[in-house]
Amino acid sequence: MQFTIEVGRYNPEGNYDERAVAGKPYPPPWDKASPRRYQTYTVDLPAHAVVLDALIAIREYQDESLAVRCACRSAICGSCAMWVNGHAHLACKSKLTTFTKDGKTRVEAPPSMPVIRDLVADMTPFWEKHHAVKPWLEAKQPEPPPMEEYRVPNAAMEELIQEVSCISCGACLMDCESFAVNPDFLGPQALAQAYRYAGDPRDAETKERLGAYSGPGGIWDCTHCYECVTQCPKGVAPLEQILKLRRLAVDAGFTNNAGTRHADAFADSVKHSGRLNELTLLPRSVGFFNILDQLKTLPSAFNMIRAGKLPPLIHKSIPGVQRIKNIFARVGGRFK
Amino acid sequence: MTIDHDVLVLGAGLAGMRAALEAAREGADVAIVTKVHPIRSHSSAAQGGINAALGEGDSWESHAFDTIKGSDYLADQDAVEVMCREAPADIVEFEHMGVIFYRNEDGKLGTRAFGGASQARTYFVGDITGQALLVTLYDQILKAGVKVYEEWFATTLYVENGACRGLVALEMITGELHLVRAKAVIDAAGGLGRVFEPSTNALICTGDGYALAYRAGAPLMDMEMVQYHPTTLAGSGFLMSEAARGEGAYLLNSEGERFMKRYAPNKMELAARDVCSRSEVTEIAEGRGIDGNVLLDCRHLGADVILKKLPQIHEMALDYVGLDMIKDPIPVRPGMHYQMGGVKTDATGATRLQGLYAAGEVACVSVHGGNRLGANSLLDTIVFGRRSGKASAAYVKGVAGSRGGENVLHAEQARMQELLARPYTGETHARLRLELATMMDKHCGVYRNEAGLTEALKRLSGLKARYEKIAVGDKSRIFNQALTFALEVGFMLDCADAIVRSALERKESRGAQSRTDYPERNDAEWLKHILITYRTGKEPELSYAPVTITQWKPEARSY
Ligand SMILES: Cc1cc2nc3c(=O)[nH]c(=O)nc-3n(C[C@H](O)[C@H](O)[C@H](O)COP(=O)(O)OP(=O)(O)OC[C@H]3O[C@@H](n4cnc5c(N)ncnc54)[C@H](O)[C@@H]3O)c2cc1C
Ligand code: SF4
Ligand code: SF4
Ligand code: FES
Repeated sequence: MQFTIEVGRYNPEGNYDERAVAGKPYPPPWDKASPRRYQTYTVDLPAHAVVLDALIAIREYQDESLAVRCACRSAICGSCAMWVNGHAHLACKSKLTTFTKDGKTRVEAPPSMPVIRDLVADMTPFWEKHHAVKPWLEAKQPEPPPMEEYRVPNAAMEELIQEVSCISCGACLMDCESFAVNPDFLGPQALAQAYRYAGDPRDAETKERLGAYSGPGGIWDCTHCYECVTQCPKGVAPLEQILKLRRLAVDAGFTNNAGTRHADAFADSVKHSGRLNELTLLPRSVGFFNILDQLKTLPSAFNMIRAGKLPPLIHKSIPGVQRIKNIFARVGGRFK
Repeated sequence: MTIDHDVLVLGAGLAGMRAALEAAREGADVAIVTKVHPIRSHSSAAQGGINAALGEGDSWESHAFDTIKGSDYLADQDAVEVMCREAPADIVEFEHMGVIFYRNEDGKLGTRAFGGASQARTYFVGDITGQALLVTLYDQILKAGVKVYEEWFATTLYVENGACRGLVALEMITGELHLVRAKAVIDAAGGLGRVFEPSTNALICTGDGYALAYRAGAPLMDMEMVQYHPTTLAGSGFLMSEAARGEGAYLLNSEGERFMKRYAPNKMELAARDVCSRSEVTEIAEGRGIDGNVLLDCRHLGADVILKKLPQIHEMALDYVGLDMIKDPIPVRPGMHYQMGGVKTDATGATRLQGLYAAGEVACVSVHGGNRLGANSLLDTIVFGRRSGKASAAYVKGVAGSRGGENVLHAEQARMQELLARPYTGETHARLRLELATMMDKHCGVYRNEAGLTEALKRLSGLKARYEKIAVGDKSRIFNQALTFALEVGFMLDCADAIVRSALERKESRGAQSRTDYPERNDAEWLKHILITYRTGKEPELSYAPVTITQWKPEARSY
């Protein structure tokens, strides 16, 4: 089958080679003014081939200068996450037939990361975030003697397989909407690993971890965009792990932060009136006495007023609000 | 740039990182050079598990006997003893580091059965055992603050006055060559699967570590012992873990018959790998295959077992052949999987080149002999990784650092420049690699004979001559993979040469070496290791080393 691949090329040196390799000509010399551009290749591959097969075929028999990281070819090593048709995917797990749109497949380095060359992204931000959550066990004391294992139920281990299945490919971070606007956000992969250790019954520092993850850039900075769940090739579902961390953090008493206050204000408002009181939501989230941060939001407030998006000044309850109160009572917990 | 360390580890797979961790614990200034990020190392692909005689009723002797019988009595029994005795403590240590091993009802470590073992002694994490161990170890490296030179490609070892004193590496991101000096180097650069096609190995398993040590003067041993795995996926060659058969999967021929009953009536599908691979080749050759494959049938295990215990291979079959193991049998065939041979070391990891240690797949202690048992290789990496880390850290205490080596760096710079400047000749890394690997599979695969191996040697010298003219189709400095691929083909040619010469030399059938012209094992003449030593400008030298036999006398091997 013939497939057409459009590859986002970038070479900081700008000196692509023109020489023919194996009889096939190299593309024409690059326009040095714009170092990054798309180049189209045609490859002949079996119908079940994946995007990586195409890239390897190009690199081996058409254009040796195409740079792409890959090793296992089978979705285990995590090397080959890149943008395929505008979303982060593993090239080795993306079937060409599925990803052919308007007769072609477009691959490029994800725009959310610095690019080293062609499809090779600089993953430094990703690894720094991974490191930042202290992704190692702080062994619970007393540690069992050298020839004895910790006794834990298999269910507790199986529960962590989902996070341990992470192959650190970075696809989730590449498409994370919160990371796109806030480079300091720890991001989905790191927070999933954070849960992997915080949720381990053998870890001694669960509480310290939850405190650290509740700070700025942590679990409350996720905007629930769901990209990480959709893009993860291994079913890690980082958002779900973040939600688990939030529950653990709140239960452990880490409520003095914008995220928890926001959630509480949200719940309170709905409990009392059946709808959201947007006027009190913001001051309650950043803190009533945190005048400085409240002032910072003024410009967007004015914009909202100009756009006619001002919430009603008098906040009314919806009819039947008692039924909502009953739901809260049934759920119990912090919101009783 | 020139950098100095006490201990330098080449490779960041399980063996390399375990070595680095141990050397760091011993107080050495240790660093790792690796051509891919540690997490990308091929150790992550290990699915099935890791062996240890840890359970009640099991003993290191029983594990050792299985290993030695599996090796067709070519393993050194003192080395096997070390590995099997120390295995339980190493597994428990990984558990303490946080690996989420499978548990039994008491909350203790639980096991699964594996080929060639008399007891279920394989510890595992679903079917992602290698990944689970690798990530845990990487995180320990982070915690310990070990320096990692990531995406640095080693091009040569630096040898001075008969001792290894470091290496030269190409930093991929800048295209710069660096001299990294060290008092000791640990070669943990992994396997050489790409020398064969098909292979279960990743694209990065190109035998660099064998060739680097070999060229530096350290002899290789048991190189003829190349393991073919009986269940690799049709087409791609991806591994369908032995765990499938451990859980009870069948091997079927085109007549729907469990053909292993003819070859290994007792152990059936759980006979050792070489036995299963040969049986499959025979079935296919006698016309009972399906397009050159046999079938791996898991249907009777049920969806629950398949999804819980074999999720990864279930997913792979879906992705790469479009078949659902719950409903369909999967086409599989033997594919190259593991190199038992390697850089000869003693049980501390020391090679015959002073200052050079080796551990993991690239090393040959020898604990696998003629055939490695499933789940013994991960064990090999962590036991001998740890031992070489410890031994090298002790060794460097009595050694002064080298102050030279600039000449080696300059020579490498000149070599790279020459390679890059070479005019286009039509020889590319991809063509040479594929020709080499299909040729090796044909003449040096599951079955071998004198005529085929002689032909292989002839073809190899042709390929080597052509390699001298290989052109690099990328002239950039930054991330020039065409250059590193070209270097890798050079490494692979050296590996292939050592394999073919050793296979030709061993005139018997033992373990993975199956000579149709010498079908029997011949203990009288060949119960010995073959070593091969590189000589500049001359043919390599072949020599022998005795096999250490302690308490297990060679017997006929049947399953
Ligand atoms: C698909 C598959 C499944 C397997 N399953 C099992 C199993 O279930 N149980 C078991 O016991 N064994 C299994 N094995 C075997 C086992 O995984 C390997 O033998 C073992 O992981 C090798 O580990 P290592 O540390 O020696 O090398 P690797 O993990 O391969 O690491 C090699 C390292 O060397 C580095 N390197 C290589 N060349 C250079 C260079 N030129 N410059 C710089 N760095 C370099 C690489 O970057 C890498 O970090 C399996 C193997 C495969 C292929
Ligand atoms: S759900 Fe949260 S963590 Fe996941 S991608 Fe969206 S913002 Fe990022
Ligand atoms: S969570 Fe999923 S997408 Fe994110 S790095 Fe891990 S495997 Fe990749
Ligand atoms: S090549 Fe390993 S994940 Fe794609």
